[in-house]
Amino acid sequence: MDWTLIAFFVLAMVAIGGALYMLNLYKVVHMVVALAFTFFGLAGIYVLLEAEFIAFAQIMVYSGAITILMIYGIMMTRHDAEDIPIRRPVHTLFAVAGVGGLFVFLLYGIMTTPWQTPADKPLAENNVKELGLALFNKYVIPFELAAMMLLAALVGAVVLARREVED
Amino acid sequence: MVNLASYLSIAAILFCLGLFGVLTKRNAVIVLLSIELMLNAVNLNLVAFSKYGLFPGLDGQVFTLFSLTVAAAEASVGLAILIALFRNRGTAEVNEMDLMKR
Repeated sequence: MDWTLIAFFVLAMVAIGGALYMLNLYKVVHMVVALAFTFFGLAGIYVLLEAEFIAFAQIMVYSGAITILMIYGIMMTRHDAEDIPIRRPVHTLFAVAGVGGLFVFLLYGIMTTPWQTPADKPLAENNVKELGLALFNKYVIPFELAAMMLLAALVGAVVLARREVED
Repeated sequence: MVNLASYLSIAAILFCLGLFGVLTKRNAVIVLLSIELMLNAVNLNLVAFSKYGLFPGLDGQVFTLFSLTVAAAEASVGLAILIALFRNRGTAEVNEMDLMKR
């Protein structure tokens, strides 16, 4: 029983448990906090997969920025909102059937594919440095496009959410 | 030693939970968060294949960074649309956003 297995199980439990609580809680703010736990658990799993930079970007972007942004969104719409489940049994039945079917399909594909296990060696000696070199050499055009997209999203969000001035 | 299939199973479970949230939740903020959960499951797949795939390398992690960027942009624009909609229509529930059905 090595420590990666234990860490994997604990982090997977945190991630899946957060998602399950998100689906079952009533108050909207509690749901957002439950999903923050999922994001933290996934960041831990990224550390197990030797993606340290991705893990900290995940903590900053998801657990930090997006969770807080969603809480702001709740505050600006209905701050005491409760998500009462939809009382449409046919709708819920179809959703459960579709999602369950997709899950069984995915799990069947995962379990029956003969995955080839590569040699168990570290990905890179210095993960962050190698990632930076790849990002700024091989992927520099997509990087600049991502910067343009972030700028467009910033301006778009400001224009959309701005209160219109009566003239 | 955790193998690739267990990471992929975790990602599949999270994706299905997110999809279920999208299909059944009423509050639009929670629907946006469920979409983020689905994107996260896809990111986990990318990172897992980047380590345990046929050709291990850092490309999957770079893809994950771009997908993270797109997710952040999507969340901000989605929330801006939601706030504008709430200001104009006074609702944040997806089953009351039915202007095109009338």
